[in-house]
Amino acid sequence: MDTLIPQENAESTIPIRDSTDILKARHRARELAAALRLGSADQTRLATAVSELTRNVLQYAGEGECRIINASSDHEVYIQVVVEDHGPGIPDIELAMRDGYSTSGGLGAGLPGVQRLMDEFHLTSRPGYTCLMIAMKRPRALSF
Amino acid sequence: MKIPILRLGDILLTSIQVDLTDAEVMQFQGDVLHAIADIEARGLLIDITAMEVVDSFMARTINDTANMARLLGAEVVVCGMHPAVALTLIEMGRGLIGVETTFNLNEGLVRLNRRIQQRGDSISTDQDE
Repeated sequence: MDTLIPQENAESTIPIRDSTDILKARHRARELAAALRLGSADQTRLATAVSELTRNVLQYAGEGECRIINASSDHEVYIQVVVEDHGPGIPDIELAMRDGYSTSGGLGAGLPGVQRLMDEFHLTSRPGYTCLMIAMKRPRALSF
Repeated sequence: MKIPILRLGDILLTSIQVDLTDAEVMQFQGDVLHAIADIEARGLLIDITAMEVVDSFMARTINDTANMARLLGAEVVVCGMHPAVALTLIEMGRGLIGVETTFNLNEGLVRLNRRIQQRGDSISTDQDE
């Protein structure tokens, strides 16, 4: 489980069962971003996004899985994160994506905030299955 | 992991140096509030220099803790936010952090003392009337 991610085209799966897994997942994400030589702002963006999504999993579904995928090429850094759970699903996606909306007493910045931090954001949800795919892409050697 | 809370006169000083789980964050909140009440601290300084990630949960907890501390009678200043953290918080959403901040511990202490002074002044004016 705790093996380091090889530099290229690798995937790392972190089961999300309790709040220590949130730390594990965001740490792994930051490590990969740093290994791909993204700057500290991008490392923090990615780690924060992963933190938000994995916490959602714990909060709403109880458990799930976070996959961090390095799909970078020679000319582009491309980090994809897929977070899945088998919880009740998001009843109203449009509402969940609205700023300031929260069913858990949070600040309601979760999902819309993550979308603003990332370059790609895809959300599918139905009862029994929710999947969030986010991605960050940067030209090689031109990250800040 | 228990976060040390140091006493400096009327002020409590704490520095978050490790990545905290949600449970540890809540534990910290409780510890800090009890410590403030115990010594009737006038101020609380939270150093977050070492925090690499402040997500919306952490931001909310910092805000809540500051508000709770103020309810008890203490002023709160947060210091040392990493630039990447500030950037991420603002990108995620404005208003995530609603607490007074300074660059470093030194400025934090100065600011805190000024706030305590102001608070003390207003109390004494009230009494004069």
